[in-house]
Amino acid sequence: MSAEPLKIRMEARGLDFYYGAKKALNKVDIACFENRVTAIIGPSGCGKSTFIRTLNRMNDVIPGTRMEGTILLDGKNIHDPDVDVVELRRRVGMVFQKPNPFPKSIFDNIAYGLRINGMRDKRKLEEVAERSLRGAALWEEVKDRLDENAFSLSGGQQQRLCIARALAVEPEVILFDEPCSAIDPIATAKFEDLIETLKKSYTVIIVTHNMQQAARVSDFTAFMMLGELVEFGVTDKIFTNPTNKLTEEYVTGRFG
Amino acid sequence: MNQRARKKITQAIGFVLLRVCLYLVLAVLLLFLYDIGSKGGGVISWEFLSQAPRRGMTEGGIFPAIFGTFIVTMITAILAIPLGMSAAIYLNEYARQSRLTRLIRLSIRNLSGVPSIVYGIFGVILFVNIMHFGTSLLSAGLTLGLMTLPWTITASEEALKTIPQSYREGALALGATKWQSIRTNVLPYAVPGMLTGTVLGLARAAGETAPIMFTGAAFFLPYLPKSPGDQFMALPYHLYIMATQHHAILQVRPLAYGTALVLIVLVLGMNMTAVIIRYRLRRKQR
Repeated sequence: MSAEPLKIRMEARGLDFYYGAKKALNKVDIACFENRVTAIIGPSGCGKSTFIRTLNRMNDVIPGTRMEGTILLDGKNIHDPDVDVVELRRRVGMVFQKPNPFPKSIFDNIAYGLRINGMRDKRKLEEVAERSLRGAALWEEVKDRLDENAFSLSGGQQQRLCIARALAVEPEVILFDEPCSAIDPIATAKFEDLIETLKKSYTVIIVTHNMQQAARVSDFTAFMMLGELVEFGVTDKIFTNPTNKLTEEYVTGRFG
Repeated sequence: MNQRARKKITQAIGFVLLRVCLYLVLAVLLLFLYDIGSKGGGVISWEFLSQAPRRGMTEGGIFPAIFGTFIVTMITAILAIPLGMSAAIYLNEYARQSRLTRLIRLSIRNLSGVPSIVYGIFGVILFVNIMHFGTSLLSAGLTLGLMTLPWTITASEEALKTIPQSYREGALALGATKWQSIRTNVLPYAVPGMLTGTVLGLARAAGETAPIMFTGAAFFLPYLPKSPGDQFMALPYHLYIMATQHHAILQVRPLAYGTALVLIVLVLGMNMTAVIIRYRLRRKQR
């Protein structure tokens, strides 16, 4: 790690979240640093996905939900009235659990985010498509068939396409919500290499079920249970010398 | 007999029963089509399709009725398609899922089961009397439009429901507004289903007698309608009169069968169109 002080990019403070009357998050505080990978681990139903979806206000679209607390992006509260949620989601990109390519061509998938923002210049779109696909380590595999339907790709390729699609709108933070749960081990290995590259340019936050994956790819790890943050710290420490007994039991595989 | 053999026999009997039911339904339908086809086929000619009735309907053709049905169905479509699709988009994509929206949805479902004569009476009161459109193409088309709306809304909403949530969320996560995500990533895939349901609804409207007989259809007119304010002749109403009210009922029977055949072919054609639209649009997406 560099000697320069780390800059906090996104931060949750005292975050509570409710689905109707059910409380899903309780006073969660997590800070995510620039050019670092933050992993969120924990057993099923602990609130990992709920947490990551609050960061780009994706939970806004679920009826009957309510949030309390503060989320800051570069020190600015993302729930301030002058924050445009559409612009927020462009800056904070998201890749979902299940690859969700749109039923369009590979090229149109990548161009989607730019086109809805009014970009029409075909040459520029092609340029961005190539850069994004290279960024997602997919270019070599698809460069000769950009016109084919995205559904013709394999699961792992589809997930990398979704990453490329997210990169195309030039986000600053990228959220991954269990990105490898629907793809095979080889595709997963490729994905983990990709994370290594992505963190040079982006702030990466990844929810994962897979503790080895968290240990391999992340710099910081947050361990959550039953909607609460149990422990947050440097990944090495969380996995080798955790402070909390629960964390130790979880990372050593005694439950979860 | 051991248990396995018994199970097998029970299954075989079950399948045979189901198959018999299917064949029964098919047989009724085919018999019906054969009856109309054989009795009405003889009178179908270019003259029958292209000319007006003569001598109190005992001679000539049914062109004004075909024309009237076509125009009135157009008016129905102009009302039912945009309104029905918009209502479905609002209900499925925008409206909060509260008790009120559930009640609205239930009412719409119920409206699709209301007998067509009730729509006819309602049309007379609303369009003919209160809004002063008179007995006219416009009144009849609007009445049929109202009757078709619940079908259009329901079919369109079902089509929207089949679009995975991940298309919407994926678009939103890339910085699309809600309307952009619907317009570019939901509607293009829902429209085939929406259109199919709508055309089926229109086909049903084209064959209805009750909603138009008090609101604008006439048994005989010497001229084709020239404006939406004119009365018109329509196939179902023409058939109804020829089959039940005509003074020389036996003499016009073959013509009545011919009219029935044309009406059936028309409705069948519209249904086929719906299927083809869906097939084409689906293939384009692949």
